[in-house]
Amino acid sequence: MSGTHTKAIGVETIGMTMRFGAFTALDDVSIKVPAGSFHALLGENGAGKSTLVKCMMGFYHPTSGDMLVDGRQVAIASPRDASALGLGMVYQHFTLVPSLTGAENLVISREKVPGVIDWRKERAALAQFMERMPFKLPLDVKVAELAAGEKQKLEIIKQLYLGRNFLVLDEPTSVLTPGEAQEVLGLVRGMTKAGDLTVLMISHKFHEVTAFADDITVLRKGRLTGTGKVSDLSHREMAAMMIGDQPIAALDSRAAPKPDAEIVLKVKALKAPDRTGLKSIDIADLGVRSGEIVGIAGISGNGQKEFLEVLAGQRARDQGEVMVRGSAYAATRAEARALNVRLIPEEPLKNACAPKMTVAENIAFRTFDVDGNGKPVSWISAGAIKAFSARLVEQFKVKTASLSSPIASLSGGNVQRAVLARELTGEVDLLIVSNPCFGLDFSAVAEIRARIMKARNAGAAVLLMSEDLDELLELSDRILVMSEGALVYETPIAQASVQTIGEHMAGHH
Amino acid sequence: METTDIGLWGVPLAMLGGAIRVSTPFIFVSLGEAITERSGRINLGLEGTLVFGAMSAYAVAVMTGSPWLGLLAAALAGLCFGLFHGWICKFPKVNDIAIGIALMLFGTGLAFFFGKPFIQPSAPDLPAIPFGNWSDIPQVQAALNVNVLFLIGAALAVFLWWAFRNTRVGLIVRVVGDSADAARAMGLNPNTVRLLATGVGGALAGIGGAYLSLYYPGSWTERISSGQGLMAVALVIFARWNPLGCFAAALLFGGAGALGPALQSVGVTQGYYLFYAAPYILTLIIMIATSSPSRTLAGAPGELSITK
Repeated sequence: MSGTHTKAIGVETIGMTMRFGAFTALDDVSIKVPAGSFHALLGENGAGKSTLVKCMMGFYHPTSGDMLVDGRQVAIASPRDASALGLGMVYQHFTLVPSLTGAENLVISREKVPGVIDWRKERAALAQFMERMPFKLPLDVKVAELAAGEKQKLEIIKQLYLGRNFLVLDEPTSVLTPGEAQEVLGLVRGMTKAGDLTVLMISHKFHEVTAFADDITVLRKGRLTGTGKVSDLSHREMAAMMIGDQPIAALDSRAAPKPDAEIVLKVKALKAPDRTGLKSIDIADLGVRSGEIVGIAGISGNGQKEFLEVLAGQRARDQGEVMVRGSAYAATRAEARALNVRLIPEEPLKNACAPKMTVAENIAFRTFDVDGNGKPVSWISAGAIKAFSARLVEQFKVKTASLSSPIASLSGGNVQRAVLARELTGEVDLLIVSNPCFGLDFSAVAEIRARIMKARNAGAAVLLMSEDLDELLELSDRILVMSEGALVYETPIAQASVQTIGEHMAGHH
Repeated sequence: METTDIGLWGVPLAMLGGAIRVSTPFIFVSLGEAITERSGRINLGLEGTLVFGAMSAYAVAVMTGSPWLGLLAAALAGLCFGLFHGWICKFPKVNDIAIGIALMLFGTGLAFFFGKPFIQPSAPDLPAIPFGNWSDIPQVQAALNVNVLFLIGAALAVFLWWAFRNTRVGLIVRVVGDSADAARAMGLNPNTVRLLATGVGGALAGIGGAYLSLYYPGSWTERISSGQGLMAVALVIFARWNPLGCFAAALLFGGAGALGPALQSVGVTQGYYLFYAAPYILTLIIMIATSSPSRTLAGAPGELSITK
């Protein structure tokens, strides 16, 4: 219950080792997180970060190693033990129940809930609790109706409500807008400074780590490769600890845009219903020229997803026209093929793959039914599919056990590489991309961005929708802001300011 | 009973009476299914549970002479069927819908097998409360002769509606039905919650069956159910998993079902068979009218295999 622990606690691991059979996921890792500090845990996917925190939280039983809480050795056999000691975890995906209200979520997650809940009393207690919190949130709204930032705040509040004063935050800002991320981390930072909370944050984002954390620990392949004060380390040093001496794909230099280049994608007066069916998206006028990247920024849920779905043919439009190189485009397979339109949607496993089909089949989706000259074939050759895919897997460095493994068995980065391989092979006149690097690690992100830039320089018109403003600023030639289903602001990259873009995203204009 | 001619007024009156009479099994089965589905599982086997409940209620009532013991037996039998479904479904890679269909046929077959000796004897009926005694008109009296189970069903609907918001158990069922991950993070075992929810759902379906054999139509035959168990599953979706909605949907469905007999009773002899199809046509119309190609079903529990 709230109020049992009021002070932050310090946590230490000593020689934490975890083996799964012959595989060592975590090798002799000792970290020290003093009470009231904000500690960042860095590492690539598969570096052992989640294994470490799962050992700390009692989800795994470490092969060897000890835990100290406030300097005393403790045995944590289950998540229940961890929470009794005041250790809590906020997951990357939300663990709130969407159809319950915030208040219902908080009350039901408590250890002891009375058989019949006296809502009058609970509400009063919650209001009192919320007064002590820096976060302001509506608790009587269903969680499903909250914005991502609000959900993340509620997750943190839930842990505090349950009396947990050591929080593991697993990539807490991966689903937040820059503004939301700043706010949430700022408030958490304030609580650690006040000595109410200790935080261990798993993150990929260096700028967040630099802005908010006191110390970092870096893991690579299950081993501790570096630790130190954030103030003593540069981004370059952190990156070196994370990825070792492995090369990072460099972004192609930007070829100068030609202002008179052909307008490849033209969208006019497009209207389509949004996800709820209650509102609609309304794109008045949008043109994307060959050889430029047009970025669309916006807080998730402002119609970007629906816009992409219309362009991808996943959603019917009410009216308006979409033209590609002067001809009407309704996203049929034949049109996409004739006009060289390629698509990299978000959540590629869900939107761009058949998860249970093989890597080879997935990579051949665009080409399996045509021969070398683009003529339809009546007999599909498994050998040709394999040969084609093998070449692309090699070229795009897709790591897969075999070409006949189901694509769902690949890691997120490799699924995205496979989709890129399929979409960027051959001639590309229009490339539509949405959140291409969501949830991917450092080297995959760099590589994927480099590929998109390369496609632009080769003359493709690129429409890039992203919730990651850094990504848009890095790649785009122009940035448009989408808010409440409409494009409300446009700026060339040279004059782009995060401040102004953020204000338009939040709808303050 | 002597009949007074009240003309066309007989139709709405007979429909009201019919709605109350016909809707009761729908109320119980749909409330049971609402509990099960709110916990994140679909039990399509309730049709078999219903028929088996009808048989066991009738058999026990014949043997003991008490309809209430019969009712209890039906609830117990339903509970067993529900628990069986819940137990099988906890194994990985088992599909709840396929198991439901198997259990539906199993329950019906088992009921026919054990029910053969009870087709002849007659069992005592469940009591009804005559709310229509203030009137002299026999049709009014007949329509307002309300059986106890209907009243219990109505009270149960209100109780469940309240309990889903205001009790620990209610919230736990909703949590498990909406997000198994969240439930596990809270230290709840989704399988146990679903097992119990399916058990309770089965018990309620058994009671619905007891109503069929012990009140209306009031005897055990192999054709006792005309798909009430299956229609109730549709009613739950139609009612958006809301217990009060289930009650209203069951009444509407019962009323539409009474249209055919009511028209027949006022002397319509042509085409009244068509009106027997009224409830099904009504369901189809409402389902089509409230559906949308671009929106997912509002209020659907997130863990249901059909909405996942």
